Amino acid sequence: MLKRIQSSKSKKITIFFEEKQIAAYEGESVAAALLCSGVKHIRTAPVSGTSRAPYCWMGVCFECLLEIDGQPNLQSCLIPVQEGMKIRRHALNDGDSA
Amino acid sequence: MKQIYDLVIIGAGAAGMAAALEAKKYQISVLVLDEQSEVGGQIYRSVRTTQNLRPETYELLGADYQHGQTLENAFRKAGIEFLSGAAVWQVDPDRAVHFLRNGKSLQVGVRRLLVATGAMERPVPIPGWTLPGVMGAAAADVLLKSSGAVPSGRVVLSGSGPLLWLAASRLVEAEVEILAILETINFSSYLKALPYLPQALRAVEYLLKGLRLKRQVSRAGIPVFSGIQNLRAEGTQRLETVCFTHRGQSRKFELETLLLHEGIVPNTQLTRQLGCEHSWNKLQRYWHPLLDEWGNTSVEGVAVAGDGGIVAGALTAEASGHLAALEIACQLGAITKNQRDSASKSYRKAIRHHQAVRPFLEHLYPPNPETLVPPDDATLVCRCEEVSAAQIRQAVEWGALDLSQMKAFTRCGMGPCQGRMCALTVAEIVANTQGKSAQEVGFFRGRPPLKPITLGQLAGIAEC
Repeated sequence: MLKRIQSSKSKKITIFFEEKQIAAYEGESVAAALLCSGVKHIRTAPVSGTSRAPYCWMGVCFECLLEIDGQPNLQSCLIPVQEGMKIRRHALNDGDSA
Repeated sequence: MKQIYDLVIIGAGAAGMAAALEAKKYQISVLVLDEQSEVGGQIYRSVRTTQNLRPETYELLGADYQHGQTLENAFRKAGIEFLSGAAVWQVDPDRAVHFLRNGKSLQVGVRRLLVATGAMERPVPIPGWTLPGVMGAAAADVLLKSSGAVPSGRVVLSGSGPLLWLAASRLVEAEVEILAILETINFSSYLKALPYLPQALRAVEYLLKGLRLKRQVSRAGIPVFSGIQNLRAEGTQRLETVCFTHRGQSRKFELETLLLHEGIVPNTQLTRQLGCEHSWNKLQRYWHPLLDEWGNTSVEGVAVAGDGGIVAGALTAEASGHLAALEIACQLGAITKNQRDSASKSYRKAIRHHQAVRPFLEHLYPPNPETLVPPDDATLVCRCEEVSAAQIRQAVEWGALDLSQMKAFTRCGMGPCQGRMCALTVAEIVANTQGKSAQEVGFFRGRPPLKPITLGQLAGIAEC
């Protein structure tokens, strides 16, 4: 979905998405890190169960809502990644996978 | 006792940073809040992180973006009190500002409030726009700034406006594969804009920049289809195809990413909730708070600076931040009216200059009629509650007279985005179906909470 432009100074870190280890780079948002790592969608729409990904990247569309370190409904396009972060989709989905 | 500040500024973009810097000169106690992780707003999003960690991207983004570093630097050195990751969800009538930060709801008191929450990209509802792979064009630019990432695979951009071309040119520089640019305006827009060209020439640098961006895209060999219609995104789990009509012919591209843009509109959630009077921009078809020449709203003690007032670009926003802070300093008795007036002259001059180009741009790039009132019934208007254009039209026929009733009939605007993504479209569809103007139909009422908050957070409100 996304790819990173070369960034010579940012440090590689590790985050966890749905229990799986993913490489991320310091200074990027959680949503961007996931979509750069081959994750194909961010949330599942509660009404129809269809896949969604961020539309606005600035905090107005709420398509990037994830659970981060146990806190629900966080706007993952506004939150920078941190070493060891544990990220999950919300539980209302029907067993879909990245 | 909660802490009380002379001035709380919501939003640390161009306007908010400039206002804080100006206010700081007069020993006013200032607190700046922003929901993002650092200052910069959208235009200078993550400017410090980009410079420090992603020098290649910083280089690519060019001088206009790098100007944000000057502001950020001054802001940091001035020692202005700033809370990042602070999402304001309510301002009480007695001026307590409530915000969520690190999972807790905090509140501060305020004598004067400056709303500098900027603008958002106008949502572009087309069939299939909820598929992963479809996003805003300005959004892609924000993604580049905030994370140094770009779409992988084949990209098509569609819509109109200066930011469409800016996003395209930056993606060209980042060596993204762009298949085509689909323009929703046609030749008649140029004719309508022509009378405003002489005035726009006073700020000729904007026109030259526009030409440079277009030249860069055409040098890259990217085809431009002008006057396209019936835009549609298709795919099962994610975007696979974009279809459109050009000169009566159906065409399509297979692709991975579709970037949509039809201009930007002020964020009015907070000014709505505060009960400020708003007026309607007929050309660009958006609501904006009614402001006097200093940025004062109709509500005493509440001012607005930047694109959240009227969309006019980063440099106007910066100057309007200075003006609003001068006025607030004067209201608080920190400076006299004479001091305020003489300090304001250079900022007013700057605003006059930058605004010279706006009438030309506003006539050249009106939002596409198909964006305002989606003709295809299947188009989802409210992404959160998944309400289609057909359901909105049906509810009008069943007797939903205004937008509050529309919410009750369909649930549109009642999801986590609180109508940010659908309000303008719902109003245009209702107006179109009833044969009224969108201005008469109005807007969703702004209600707390402006951001999702849990009952636990609400129960645990703390003073800061």
